[in-house]
Amino acid sequence: MTSRTANMAFAFTDEQAMILDSAKSFCADKSDIATVRDLINSDHGFNQQVWLEMVELGWAGIAIPEQYGGSELGIGSTVALVESMGRHLLSTPFIPTTLASQAILRGGSDQHKDQWLPLVAEGSIGTLALLDNEDWGATTTSCSLSENGDSLILEGSKLLVSDAAVADFFIVSANYKGAQVLVLVAATSLGSDALSRKVLIDETKRACTVNFNGVKLTPDAILPQSETALRDIKLIGALLIAAECTGTCAATLDTVVSYLTSRIQFGRLIGSYQSLKHPTVEMLIQMDSARSLIYHAATVISDQPLDEDAEIGCRMAKAQATEALLFAGDRAIQFHGGMGFTYDCDAQLFLRRALGAQHQYGDAQHHRLHLAALLLD
Amino acid sequence: MATDKDLQEFRAEVADWITNNQPADPGFLLPQTFMEVGSEQVLDFLREWQHKVWSAGYLGMAWPEKYGGRGLSPIYQNIADAEMKRARVPICFNVIGLGWAGPLILDKGTDYEREKYLKGILNAEDIWCQGFSEPNHGSDLGSVQTRAERDGDQYLINGSKIWTTMGNYAKYMILLARTDSQAERKYNGLSFFLAPMNVDGISTQPIKKLTGEYGFTETFFTDARIPADCLMGEEGQGWRIAMQTLQYERGAEAGAAGGISILSIVMNDLLKMAAEIERESQPLLNDPLTRDNLVKLMIEEKALHLAERRIKVPALCADYPNSLPLSGKLRGTEFYRRMRQYALNLQGAQSALYVGDEDAVDGGFWQRAYMNNFSTTIGGGTSQVQANIVGEHVLGLPKD
Repeated sequence: MTSRTANMAFAFTDEQAMILDSAKSFCADKSDIATVRDLINSDHGFNQQVWLEMVELGWAGIAIPEQYGGSELGIGSTVALVESMGRHLLSTPFIPTTLASQAILRGGSDQHKDQWLPLVAEGSIGTLALLDNEDWGATTTSCSLSENGDSLILEGSKLLVSDAAVADFFIVSANYKGAQVLVLVAATSLGSDALSRKVLIDETKRACTVNFNGVKLTPDAILPQSETALRDIKLIGALLIAAECTGTCAATLDTVVSYLTSRIQFGRLIGSYQSLKHPTVEMLIQMDSARSLIYHAATVISDQPLDEDAEIGCRMAKAQATEALLFAGDRAIQFHGGMGFTYDCDAQLFLRRALGAQHQYGDAQHHRLHLAALLLD
Repeated sequence: MATDKDLQEFRAEVADWITNNQPADPGFLLPQTFMEVGSEQVLDFLREWQHKVWSAGYLGMAWPEKYGGRGLSPIYQNIADAEMKRARVPICFNVIGLGWAGPLILDKGTDYEREKYLKGILNAEDIWCQGFSEPNHGSDLGSVQTRAERDGDQYLINGSKIWTTMGNYAKYMILLARTDSQAERKYNGLSFFLAPMNVDGISTQPIKKLTGEYGFTETFFTDARIPADCLMGEEGQGWRIAMQTLQYERGAEAGAAGGISILSIVMNDLLKMAAEIERESQPLLNDPLTRDNLVKLMIEEKALHLAERRIKVPALCADYPNSLPLSGKLRGTEFYRRMRQYALNLQGAQSALYVGDEDAVDGGFWQRAYMNNFSTTIGGGTSQVQANIVGEHVLGLPKD
């Protein structure tokens, strides 16, 4: 019996190393912790100028084929970018936009691709609207499409739609003729009161409930390959959130280490106490595991429909990375003592990120449930 | 440079050799690790097997030809090891020599030392043991008390060592002893010896382990005289050389001769065992909690293997560059401890049976494997000491 976890492919090209290098310095440069805190109080949670610079660097089109104005480096290449963003809590609409463009690339018609992918490469913002109850594992949706003459009418609302307020287009899941499909909805076709901003535990992020009731679409709004696209963007979403969490986990570790090597109690640097030292090492080990898993997943995913190894890779990455970050964020608060209980202490940013991310695209238990079917049956 | 085709052919050649040479079940319990060689019978069997592997050219493949190796790229040895691991052939038991003393001598030894020792390590004629730990301070090597006093062209050794794997069978010992008890820093008073074991004044006492087996000794030195040229490097360099040796032991530094030193027991083996178990007429593998626990372990196992790949990509290890090499022992040994413990848990009431009982699951394989695994979480620096090392040397946390 060959193990179904046997695929240990691990590739990191020189091109990807260059991307990682520039991402690291860009994110460090643009997103110091004071900037992160300033943006918490902004409307959209990100700096438009920084987003435009990222577009200028070609990042928005990194996974988009050359024929649509991208650089065609593959979706795996975005993992290094996203990890770096997570490391510096740099919030931009990069993740939702990448996922929305992946939906079009994987499920859309030529017309969808021709129209939207070049716009994304030039900075248009997209997002996914998939969730209509609290269950990321739900395989059904309560949103529906019905025919009305030559048009389709969308009914229903979607929850926790990332960066909805700045999105130029939405990829929405809905029932149509007994199957679940993805439809492309331009922001211009939404009603004026369609968006209600939610109060998120992760204040560095933005999301809305989006009311799609009565949105009128032409039949060609439906993505022809919806089924595989829907499955794959959920998995890629899990991977990108995992990559972001892994970066944030390393940032959490840095913050903890810095405190443990400067704070003195009972006449000693507190990092000398093994009760603090050993769990901090555990944070490192968990972060390391997450990092190995995200770059493996980045190696085995491709622009083709995701195969079983890719599914295993994405699910393992998400299960590991969110648990690693939750552990690190939780311990970071505790190890900062009284300071850790304050809003001024950066540890809360990391814990809130962990709590906001753990359910996105499925929590650890959800992914292990699916992994069990893949690995044990 | 070997092409992919060359390597594939080589893999097939090894697999073929194994098929034709894998020894039959000897009818007695073979060790799962090199720390379980507890009888002459087992020793003779393993010695013959290692000699056979070496004679076939599948051991020390990357060591120079003049020292009994083949001077090939390590990639060949890796392939040979992987095939032997897969086929579950017996271990190459002379591990202190193959994995620690050998690479040390190859790297830091003199030509005389290389000439004298390396070939005997490979062909299993010379068994090596390690004299680092002492009865009262296992993890604190800096406090070694065994003394080595220079007396003409000899050193006079007094003291005792413990956890000497194969101490009663070894011809040589890598010995850490104190040559200067007045040194300002205790580390500077230590020296490193490639010491013969067959001299007057050295005696060994086998230690019965928690599994009921033997494999270690306590080793006593009473006015034992060894030639002065057994000193490796210079007096006072012992700590540094010992630390280098531990890098090989912990797998943080390459150079080992190869050969499998422990029987690999992986999640796939656990799944095979679990597949046979039923609860209330249902396969245990249908139980949601069991499934979740198994998947957690499988994620951890995969991450362990992937770390071996990521370690070769410096760009992905840039923030904590020593992390994966220095935490390898901690991560690996603790994972296997928990995995083996869980295997017993899955056996239900059967887990109370032990080696020797006809109803024990897989002959008590998992019980023995779990208990023996403590040798890896304790030996070579306990997990707790490993966590200190990682905390201090990777994260830069202050010493206790």
